[in-house]
Amino acid sequence: MALLEIRNIETYYGPVAAIRGVSLDVEEGKIVTLLGGNGAGKTTLLRTISGIVDPQKGTVAFAGAMIQGADPDAIVLKGIAHVPEGREVFPFLSVRDNLRMGAYTRRDPDGVAKDLELVFGYFPILRERAELAASQLSGGQQQMLAIGRAVMARPKLMLLDEPSLGLSPLLVKQIFGIVQRINREQGVSVLLVEQNARMALQVADFGYVLELGRIVMENTAAKLMESEDVSEAYLGNKQQGVRGERRWRRKKQWR
Amino acid sequence: MLIIQLAINGIAVGCIYALVALGLVLIYKATEAVNFAQGDLMMLGAFFALTFISFGGLPFWVGLALAIIGMAAVGMIMERLVLRPILGQPQFAVIMVTIGVGFILRSGATMIPGWGTSSQALPTPFSNQTLDVAGLVMAQEHLAIIGATVILCALLYGFFRHTRFGIAMQAASQNQLAAAYMGIPIKRVSAATWAIAAAVAALGGVLLAPIALVEANMGFVVLKAFPAAVLGGFASLPGAVIGGVVIGLIEVFSGRYISDTARNLAPFVVLLAVLVIRPEGLFAEPKKRRA
Ligand SMILES: Nc1ncnc2c1ncn2[C@@H]1O[C@H](COP(=O)(O)OP(=O)(O)O)[C@@H](O)[C@H]1O
Ligand SMILES: [Mg+2]
Repeated sequence: MALLEIRNIETYYGPVAAIRGVSLDVEEGKIVTLLGGNGAGKTTLLRTISGIVDPQKGTVAFAGAMIQGADPDAIVLKGIAHVPEGREVFPFLSVRDNLRMGAYTRRDPDGVAKDLELVFGYFPILRERAELAASQLSGGQQQMLAIGRAVMARPKLMLLDEPSLGLSPLLVKQIFGIVQRINREQGVSVLLVEQNARMALQVADFGYVLELGRIVMENTAAKLMESEDVSEAYLGNKQQGVRGERRWRRKKQWR
Repeated sequence: MLIIQLAINGIAVGCIYALVALGLVLIYKATEAVNFAQGDLMMLGAFFALTFISFGGLPFWVGLALAIIGMAAVGMIMERLVLRPILGQPQFAVIMVTIGVGFILRSGATMIPGWGTSSQALPTPFSNQTLDVAGLVMAQEHLAIIGATVILCALLYGFFRHTRFGIAMQAASQNQLAAAYMGIPIKRVSAATWAIAAAVAALGGVLLAPIALVEANMGFVVLKAFPAAVLGGFASLPGAVIGGVVIGLIEVFSGRYISDTARNLAPFVVLLAVLVIRPEGLFAEPKKRRA
């Protein structure tokens, strides 16, 4: 049994379906990536897992318990931490208080203090800037803060929503490297949402491709990296002429 | 000597404005809407105290504590009944609701036997007493107002800076979505915000009672709290307090040295000047940035 098992989830914004029957697994200890273009429904799926929006249909099982429709605080307590799209740090709180808020649901002050050191170990720049307001950090540092804040919840599963957005390739590489370390050293499973497929597939074990609210492909990261469709649609290896035409047709079939 | 006495007088009046402004800013930070019922909550708090102390015969401090606790409950009930149902609606919906609640509280107060339409005095341990220090004659009620405001500010500062729930309330006001992602209970935070705003209003009402009178329209003091809050930037708690004191001082000094009309006019002249020259207020936090 996988740590996270999503089955036939459908999520609506009013009458508009954003997720149309998605099933997805995250095995314990793995990094799974969810790829897809703008508006594919990636963020909505993560929000459904976190309890920010409720699904109309389907189930989310986490560590054996059904959590669909539960309140966000209950889901954090169960061990899912969300690193939201666009970082969403608390701009006027200090870096330290931002991190403390990540541990809001915890009741073990000693463990929280230890994990603060752990986060500072992964992101030394956050220790240097611990007393600064989060709004004074650069984009990359804010992303580190958002990830550190999630680690403070001591999660079993971390949901990362487009952490590479707006960052330089070098910085992305650095941050993904630390995500990988957190995954291995802390045993935190990761569901990584990305448009940057190449970067994501390099660190992931398994991948899904989401289009218009449906999973259109799933495979090991290595296989996806080789796949022509992913290569053309998400890795920037576009080819001209007849191949372009074929890609269009193939994409149409996905819908 | 006269200057010092006027200053104490001004600071005391300003503290009342500061207390109302604090309530306004607390709600504004949480909902991004102005609570037009803040003054009426103050009035209700004063009537609570009047009921406990004058009618119920309880000692002043017990009555004050009960009024504060009672108003905290009123704030929570108000949040639950009329504000939570419109969560996520545009800000003007919140504003209209608070205007409505204000009307209901004002007219409701005149219908309650014993509260009625007349003005009543609330006896306090400091009414009509003075303290002479080195030739300065100070009204004890002024000193009590200043002392109580200082203590309240210290308590609020400690709460918002150093308690987990207080920091969580700040976090929720800065980014509600992120707070929800962290598992911060947004609904409890919202209820607590209204409870604190109403409790602060109750304290303001009781402190205002000795220098004004308890009556259904006493909440209109909120008109002076608006300039105070705007002066402070409308999103800063320390700014609200300083803004209140500044308005109080301006009022008292212009009343003494210019004219009685100037007393009522000056705060708004200053307000307009601030809005024109520095529209973000004197103590504004940097612009909210969604990083
Ligand atoms: N709050 C919202 N209200 C209404 N529609 C939304 C909302 N958020 C997203 N959508 C719509 O749902 C679809 C999926 O959006 P989203 O999950 O944000 O996609 P992604 O994260 O993959 O870019 C899009 O068509 C988007 O316009
Ligand atoms: Mg998204």
